[in-house]
Amino acid sequence: MSTPIQMMPSSAPKKKPAPVQKEDSMLLQKEMINRNYHELATAHDDGRKIAATFVPGNLNELLMCFNLARSLPETNALQNAMRKRTGKMIMDAERDGHSEDVCTYVKADLGMMLEGDIGPTGEPLPKPDVLLLSYTGCFTFMKWFELIRQKYGGETVMLHVPYQGDGKIAPNMRDYVVKQIKETVIPTLERVSGVKFDIDKLRQYMRESQKAEENLVNVLQSAKNRPSPIDGYFGAVYYIGPIFTAFRGTPEATKYYEMLWSEVSQRVREKKGPVTPEGEIAEEKYRLIVEGPPNWTNFRDFWKMFYDEGAVVVASTYAKVGGVYDFGFRHDADRPIESLAEYCLGCYTNLNFPQRIDMICKYIEEYQADGLLINSIKSCNSFSAGQLLILREVEKRTGKPAAFIESDLVDPRYFSAANIRNRLESYFQMIKQKRAAGAAVVH
Amino acid sequence: MSKLTDIMQRCQALFEDLHFNAVKEWKAAVPGRKAIGYMPIYVPREIVHAAGMLPVGILGGGDQMEVIQGDAYYQSYICRIPRSTLELGLTGRLDCMDGMLFPSICDVIRNLSGMWQILFKDKYVRYFDVPQNFEDGIGGEYYVHELQVLRDDLGKLAGKPVTDEALRNSIAVYNENRHAMRELYAFRSEKPWQAPTAEVYLVTRAGMLLPPEEHTQLVRDYIAAADAEKRPRRDNARIALTGSFCEQPPLGLIKSIEMSGCYIVDDDFMLIMRWLMDDVPLAGDPLVELSKAFLHRSVSTASKWENKREDKGQYLLKQVKNTAAEGVIFAAPSFCDPALLDRPMLLDILGKHKVPYTAFKYAENTGQMAPIREQAGTFADSIKLWSAA
Repeated sequence: MSTPIQMMPSSAPKKKPAPVQKEDSMLLQKEMINRNYHELATAHDDGRKIAATFVPGNLNELLMCFNLARSLPETNALQNAMRKRTGKMIMDAERDGHSEDVCTYVKADLGMMLEGDIGPTGEPLPKPDVLLLSYTGCFTFMKWFELIRQKYGGETVMLHVPYQGDGKIAPNMRDYVVKQIKETVIPTLERVSGVKFDIDKLRQYMRESQKAEENLVNVLQSAKNRPSPIDGYFGAVYYIGPIFTAFRGTPEATKYYEMLWSEVSQRVREKKGPVTPEGEIAEEKYRLIVEGPPNWTNFRDFWKMFYDEGAVVVASTYAKVGGVYDFGFRHDADRPIESLAEYCLGCYTNLNFPQRIDMICKYIEEYQADGLLINSIKSCNSFSAGQLLILREVEKRTGKPAAFIESDLVDPRYFSAANIRNRLESYFQMIKQKRAAGAAVVH
Repeated sequence: MSKLTDIMQRCQALFEDLHFNAVKEWKAAVPGRKAIGYMPIYVPREIVHAAGMLPVGILGGGDQMEVIQGDAYYQSYICRIPRSTLELGLTGRLDCMDGMLFPSICDVIRNLSGMWQILFKDKYVRYFDVPQNFEDGIGGEYYVHELQVLRDDLGKLAGKPVTDEALRNSIAVYNENRHAMRELYAFRSEKPWQAPTAEVYLVTRAGMLLPPEEHTQLVRDYIAAADAEKRPRRDNARIALTGSFCEQPPLGLIKSIEMSGCYIVDDDFMLIMRWLMDDVPLAGDPLVELSKAFLHRSVSTASKWENKREDKGQYLLKQVKNTAAEGVIFAAPSFCDPALLDRPMLLDILGKHKVPYTAFKYAENTGQMAPIREQAGTFADSIKLWSAA
């Protein structure tokens, strides 16, 4: 079921925006995210402390054990970008001495602080009481929290998550993360929050996580159907919202994913395509795998370039950035701390290159995709450095065409609609030609 | 020709040789010898040495090599060192390496480790992670295990296990090399007119290729030869240079800074040569001692987590104080996340301590030195003319 709603107002709306189609689960997701911003705005008045932590490797269930409100800096930046606020924030940060070369998530966050810390929904975003640095799959995270600490003070606790350089989680790696959680992270959170750690509470949250994870995987894997009932990239960023942020482990998240799966399974039964902001895709012409995060400043324009052509993303690596659940991982209440460690170690950007390539090739096969599209993000070396090798390797191994476009996360200066559209049009042509050539060989 | 000229010619030749002939010669001298390349900033070379292998620092292609194939793997917004390193590999220049180590420094070098696994399947490749937790019982335990894995891997590659005795011997060799490096840096700081950084750089850089025993002697020979030269003392500004710990600036850039009226009295080039700040004890478990040295007695740099806010920048301030530097030049490679994300914090701290600074970016193949010379010259003038006031 889908309901028309109004687009979120941008900073300078000149004309009435077009009505946008959203599924009910999308509305619920939006309500949850907004409620979290309200909780953050009022946390200190309510006697709660605030923790900031990053999406990949976030320990949401653990943070909830200490009744901490949770702020996710990347989510704040992307929410601001979707509201067209980050251009000024980034330029403010650059005027404050930050290089034009570095991550725009960081600069948007610091710019937001310079502008008085008003969050994406217009409510204040108070300074966190603790920065939980889950150093997972991204070097910049470490500098990001050092920068915030340098400017605004506050407690910081480091959780170093080793990289899967050998393509596996060695016991030593897991033990190291477990030890840090037990001996560094938990005591710090106890001290900051004044709440004693209760492992049974953690287990309870993790049971909820598991239920939500099951349904998320059902939803993501529904894209194996023809037509796919979902878009595994543009649509999936809504679907992953609650579980990748402040809601994993909550009953609300469990309910959200039940509702989402119910909607999606209904669409499967009805053989319907994905819902886009302009309604349902009538005909699925291209099935793509996408590697790399989306652009947030022009998210809707970007998506439109796909759905206007009947292109559906059936799976994306970005939808695994806060947890790779579709390859079997689930939070395990029977081994709670070990399971948290394995979760951190297994996030997508913590996988090595051969693993990333294997995953994409597997997606191409299992989702019967026409090819791979890489959206290379200027800001994000963790994703982007070496993506051209991914492109070559995937083409070589699958025989499917791959294409490369470039944009940025939250810096509007790096979104060139004309360039991206041209490349996409060429790419769709290429897929058509490949199909025609394939058909000619068969016949 | 003077002794100094001989030394510098040799170092210059090593610097310019992008075919690693010195490594090939070392290998050819004894059949079966192996060489292991490593990228910035730090790997425990003692373990490579103890396995009977030559550790070789790979610092990209500099400004003398055209990058063609390497560019095909990277977008314009990625720094230059991975593309020129790939160029070295894809053109066969690194064929003499039997393995490559990619230390934990940033996401670009991290991803390059996986690219290497794919592109050079017949080579030993290891992403070498180091702890960001500095407790012996947590980060130390993890790190000792990582050291043991490297030890076992290299033992397999060498065809015989790396013994404790061999490790202790290698630790002693590198302790001595670090002594010599400290002497070199102290000499330059004391008499920067006798030891221009363009020379100190080349002498240090020779340590990326030569066996450590030979390099230690080279460093000491250089100090003696440079001290014996008659060189004019100029009224230059004493500056510490920071931010250049990974991709290296062109030699011309170092010369330009010096020609503009600066004496570089400290720097962070090739930090591996001075990473461990004092001797690694020879008694005890060698891996545990290497770990303790890393955790508690190694330099601060952008790729290392600073546990306490008040410690941020203190290492740089100490460098400034210990070398009586009058200012800091923050020279970072374009698109270098660690350096450029660190820069605002360090500049803020320098400002709070009233240490003059200037900052610019470069690439290893930067060709235009005039703007850098002008900026550094203006900075030196500002120190000399106005700092006292």
